[in-house]
Amino acid sequence: MKIRLFEEQVNQLYMSAKMPGLAHLYIGQEAVAVGVCETLRQDDYITSTHRGHGHCLAKGASLDRMFAELLGKAPGYCRGKGGSMHIADQETGNLGANAIVGGSAGIATGAAMSAKMRGSDQVAVCFFGEGALGQGLLYECMNMASLWKLPVIYVCENNLYNEYTHYSETTAGEIRERAKAFEIPCEAIDGQDIVLVHAASQYFVERARKREGPSFLICNTYRFYGHHVGDVDRAYYRSKKEEEEWKNRRDPLKLLAQRLTKEKTADDASLKQIEDEIQRQIEAAVQFALNAPYPKPSEVEQDVYA
Amino acid sequence: MSMPSKPSPSFPLPAGEGQGEGKQSIIASGKPIREITFAQAINEALAEEMRRDPKVFIIGEDVAEAGTPFKVLSGLVQEFGKERVIDSPISEAGISGITVGAAMTGMRPVVDIMFGDFITLTMDQMVNQAAKMHYMSGGKLKVPMVMRTTLGATRRSAAQHSQSLHAWFSHIPGLKVVLPATPYDAKGLLKTAIRDDNPVVLFEDKLMYQLKGPVPEEEYTIPFGVADIKRQGKDITLVATSSMVQVSLSAAEILAAVGISAEVIDVRTTVPLDKKTLIESAKKTTRAIVVDEGYERYGVTAEIASVIADGAFYYLDAPVKRMGAMDVPVPFSPVLEDQTVPTPESVAGMAKVLCNKS
Repeated sequence: MKIRLFEEQVNQLYMSAKMPGLAHLYIGQEAVAVGVCETLRQDDYITSTHRGHGHCLAKGASLDRMFAELLGKAPGYCRGKGGSMHIADQETGNLGANAIVGGSAGIATGAAMSAKMRGSDQVAVCFFGEGALGQGLLYECMNMASLWKLPVIYVCENNLYNEYTHYSETTAGEIRERAKAFEIPCEAIDGQDIVLVHAASQYFVERARKREGPSFLICNTYRFYGHHVGDVDRAYYRSKKEEEEWKNRRDPLKLLAQRLTKEKTADDASLKQIEDEIQRQIEAAVQFALNAPYPKPSEVEQDVYA
Repeated sequence: MSMPSKPSPSFPLPAGEGQGEGKQSIIASGKPIREITFAQAINEALAEEMRRDPKVFIIGEDVAEAGTPFKVLSGLVQEFGKERVIDSPISEAGISGITVGAAMTGMRPVVDIMFGDFITLTMDQMVNQAAKMHYMSGGKLKVPMVMRTTLGATRRSAAQHSQSLHAWFSHIPGLKVVLPATPYDAKGLLKTAIRDDNPVVLFEDKLMYQLKGPVPEEEYTIPFGVADIKRQGKDITLVATSSMVQVSLSAAEILAAVGISAEVIDVRTTVPLDKKTLIESAKKTTRAIVVDEGYERYGVTAEIASVIADGAFYYLDAPVKRMGAMDVPVPFSPVLEDQTVPTPESVAGMAKVLCNKS
């Protein structure tokens, strides 16, 4: 819910020209980030993607510093130097969103190797989209992770589109076979069902913690909006009808709400209360970011080197 | 190849001190200084740092029992085990990426890229990931890793095993680039690289591995960004890197025979670059040639020549000249290959022209 409202706010900031640059919205895929990150400890690692706001928030990033970074402000997570596609937060184990597709496979696998070498039981989760399946680096890293039994979970979010191209045009064979080739256990699940995502992730995370090696989780999901906030005319690569079907019938938030109501864990009123509370937090965070100062121009040369 | 008889100092010598005046500690020890090869110096630096810091480990192709094709790492796996001297698949991008991730999370890895030509395969991980992580994260994340790789032609290895591509990394903010030219410098600079909190790329000249030189038994490191005057002179400055330092020292011998006194400066690190020492030398001698084994076009020689031209303009009696590798893929046949890189004769020839003594 927090991610959904955050992203809707991001879209508004873009539309009202308050945000420099672009952003890639995670709306529709929230169950994956939340379901997986809920199974992680704060000191476990994640690496994220250009579509990374969801992962960052789910791993524990705060709304105000997220918005501040998106607006290029000084209190942002990266002091305004990273922006939407590069949010990193060491304190929550977030080794960074990454704007090179598949580019973080090495970082996540290396973090897993480091955990193993240090004798820690931390695990690393590498989030990537199905577009990253075209990158050789991923397979080099999966090979080594399997050889050396590294505690890394590769989470492939298949939202069906490599930017503006359906993945069936770019991806030969079955995705799960690729994991199988390296003898990495693999599950393909409905990524809109947070309970399923959570259960699968829990299983793989525990396995990794017990030093039983890497795993590969395919979450079938859907990007409700465009590749980025400016991608509004999408008819040339996917139909309105398809989008509506996913939004109406496969929305992870609606599915969870239905389940909670059915189980009588929550009712409409309590859900509304949660939504209102988060909306208040979002508004406060946006205000914080809008009022926050920009970095000093002299900071441009800071932190090139440690 | 010849070597100076004493170790080179880790700092520019004050005026009046001759070539070969070693470090104070070495002089004070009073012991004759042992000679070891460049390869042994690298090996010692790694072994010492691995003993000192359990976070340091080595990963690369054929680094364990094989000790690399150049035998630079021989014996390390016996001392440190396969957990810390890790034979990897032939996956340059993958091992570079894993190195970045390990460095970001508490380790200090040293990744071995067998031939400098293969850095092309590591580019995204080094340029887009390692180099930018600290800056992009607003100074929070650090990538304390070292990439060791090689450079240099004339081994009859043809176009994909002979290039000197250090200019590529020197172009990228966030990376440091180290080019040792003696066993002494190799050991001291590598130890500094391992202790540095930034990604550092160290290029080793393959032809220099068997070169012997004095290296003290005592612990020492050499700071980055401090050029080393390998030979003092007054008529012309030869600024050299890596493999071209020995070439320039030989050229200086040839020049001495015809009455030209050449100063040879080894930049040692292209990033950070010790501009001051280069400019001061050019001001003194009034002439300069920059010699480097990378391709001449858009190369290291261009950058350094520009630094000197800017900084010493009013003192110069001749344009700053550049000598790099020919802008051709490195050919196989010795008759062809030997033309592609500067030699003592070609450097001396150019120096004579600049000094009007050709």
